[in-house]
Amino acid sequence: MKRRDFVKKTTLSTLATLIGAEIVYGSNLLEDYNLLALQDPDPFKLFNKNKEMLVLNDKPWNIEAQAHLLDDKITPNSAMFIRNNGLIPEAIDAKKWTLTIDGESVVNQKTYTLEELKSKFEHHTYQLTLECGGNGRSEFNPPAKGNQWTVGAVHCATWTGIRLRDVLEDAGIKNNAVYTGYHAVDEHLSRDPKKEPISRGAPMVKSLQDETLLAFKMNGKEIPLAHGYPLRLVAGGWPASVSGKWINRISIRNKIHDGTKMMGTAYRVPCEPVAPGEKVKDEDMCIIESMPVKSLITYPKSGAVLKDGTSLKIRGHAWAGELEVSKMEYSIDFGAIWRECQIEDPVNRLAWQHFSASIDFPKKGYYEVWAKATDTQGVAQPMLLPGWNPKGYLNNACHRIAIKVT
Amino acid sequence: MTKEEEFKKYAKKVYHLMILAFSIFLIAGGATIYYINDPNFSAFKSNTEALVVTPEEIDENLIENGIHVRTGLVDGVGLMAVVNNCTNCHSAKLVTQNKMSAERWNETIKWMQETQNLWDLGANQEIIVNYLVTNYPVTEKGRRENLTNIEWYGLEN
Repeated sequence: MKRRDFVKKTTLSTLATLIGAEIVYGSNLLEDYNLLALQDPDPFKLFNKNKEMLVLNDKPWNIEAQAHLLDDKITPNSAMFIRNNGLIPEAIDAKKWTLTIDGESVVNQKTYTLEELKSKFEHHTYQLTLECGGNGRSEFNPPAKGNQWTVGAVHCATWTGIRLRDVLEDAGIKNNAVYTGYHAVDEHLSRDPKKEPISRGAPMVKSLQDETLLAFKMNGKEIPLAHGYPLRLVAGGWPASVSGKWINRISIRNKIHDGTKMMGTAYRVPCEPVAPGEKVKDEDMCIIESMPVKSLITYPKSGAVLKDGTSLKIRGHAWAGELEVSKMEYSIDFGAIWRECQIEDPVNRLAWQHFSASIDFPKKGYYEVWAKATDTQGVAQPMLLPGWNPKGYLNNACHRIAIKVT
Repeated sequence: MTKEEEFKKYAKKVYHLMILAFSIFLIAGGATIYYINDPNFSAFKSNTEALVVTPEEIDENLIENGIHVRTGLVDGVGLMAVVNNCTNCHSAKLVTQNKMSAERWNETIKWMQETQNLWDLGANQEIIVNYLVTNYPVTEKGRRENLTNIEWYGLEN
C-alpha cells in the first residue's frame, strides 16, 4: 500500500504516532490533506531529477541516469547521477562556510571564508566528465559488492570555480608534498561523528592541473545540495570520488592520503590482472587514476522499432579520462564490421566528445548497435567485460542498444 | 356526527399516533446507531479545543504479496533478523542489489563490524546469511549478458 493511501485510512492518533508528536489543531485538518511531515520524500522532486532516473539506494542516496537521459551535450542537473557515501549534510550556512588548507606539507595553515575564496582568486569554467569508478559494476561476474550501477553514473556538466592550485599555492606547498586529501561535512551512515563517510584526494600533479577546481557553480547556477553545495572539488577524467562534495578542509600531505576510501580495496584495482573471483591482497591493489576510454549511445533509446528502408541516426558521447577519443566506431553485426562515426573535439580538456552516425540496415530483423571508442594511445573499449576486479570498477565494455527493423 | 364520520375521525387519530410512534422509533434508532459509532457525540461538541492523542501501534511489519512493505525485502525465514540488523544504517536496497555467496556475505559482515560500527550479530548471523543466499542468490552472467527487458517503441525518423 502506498504511504499516501495508507495515511488516508488512518486516524489522527495514528498520524501522531508516525510523526512522534501530538497534532495540535489536528481536528481542523481537511479530510484528504497530506501533512508535510508525512509527504513521501520523493527523490525526483527532492533533487529535481528526471522521473526516469533509477534509484539504487536511498540511504545513502545513489541515483543513476539511463543512457537516453544523457543526450544533452552539457548534462543538466535533472540527469546527473548522485553517488553519496554518507548522509547529505543539513543546515548549511554558506555565509559561515570556511575552507581550511592544512597538512604536513602546507607552509602556512590557512582558513578562508567562501566569500574570500570567490573574491580573492580568479574564476574559471570548464565542462568536465565525472564518472563513478563503479559505473557498470552490475555486469561483473562473479558479482562485485556495492551499488549495482549500470551505465548511468556519468555526467559532463559545466563547473565554475577557482583553481585548487591557486589556493594551495596561496597557503604554500612544501617540497615534500605528494598528495592532497579532502575533508567534508557529510555524515557517516552510523551517525558516528568520529567517522568520515569518504575522504579521498589526488596526487599533486592532478591537484595542480588547470582544470582541477574548487567549484561553487554548476551549469551557471549554485550547485544543488545533493551535488556538493556550497563548495566541492571537481577533478575531471578521474573516478568521481576524487571530486569531493561539501568540502571544508584540504590537507597537503607528505604521503599518499590515508583517508576513508583511500585504503584497502577502495577505488583500487589489482596491479596485475587476475582471474575472475580471485582473491587479491590489499598490497597488490593499485589506486585508480585516469578513467578508461568509454562511450554511450544516448539517441535513440534502446528498443526503437524502425520501418524497413529508413536509416537510423545515432548520437552519443565518448570520453577517455586524461586522454582524448581519437576514433569512434559502430557495429550492427556484433563486431564483425566496424564503421566510423563522426566525432567532435572536446570543448576543453577533460570534457566528453559528441559522436553521430547514420546507419542503414540490410534487411528486416533484430539488431544491436554497438559503439566503440578508441583513445589517443590506440586503446579501444572491449566488447566483453574488461579484466575482473574484486570491487567491480572500470567496466568500460562497449555500450549497445536493441533495434528492430520491420 | 354520523357513524361513518366518527369512524373516519377515529381512524385519523390512530393514523397520527402511528406516525408519531414510527418517528420516535426512527429518531431513537438513528440516535442509537450514531451512539454506537460516536459514543462521545463529538459532532455536537465544539471543535476548537486541541485534540489529545493517544499513540496507537501501527503495523510496521506488514507483508503484502510476499514483500515486507516497509523495506521491500521478500518474505522468508530470517526476514526480521535482516530488517532489524541491517536496515538501521543503510537502505535494504543495498542488500537486495548484491548477490553474494555465504562466504562473501560473512566477509562483508566482518568488514561492517570492523569499520562501520555494526554490532555482533551472534546467532542471527547464520540466519541472516541463510536468508540472503536463499532469497537473493548469485546468478551466472557470463562475460556479457543478453539485452533484456527491452521496451519496444516505434521510432519516426
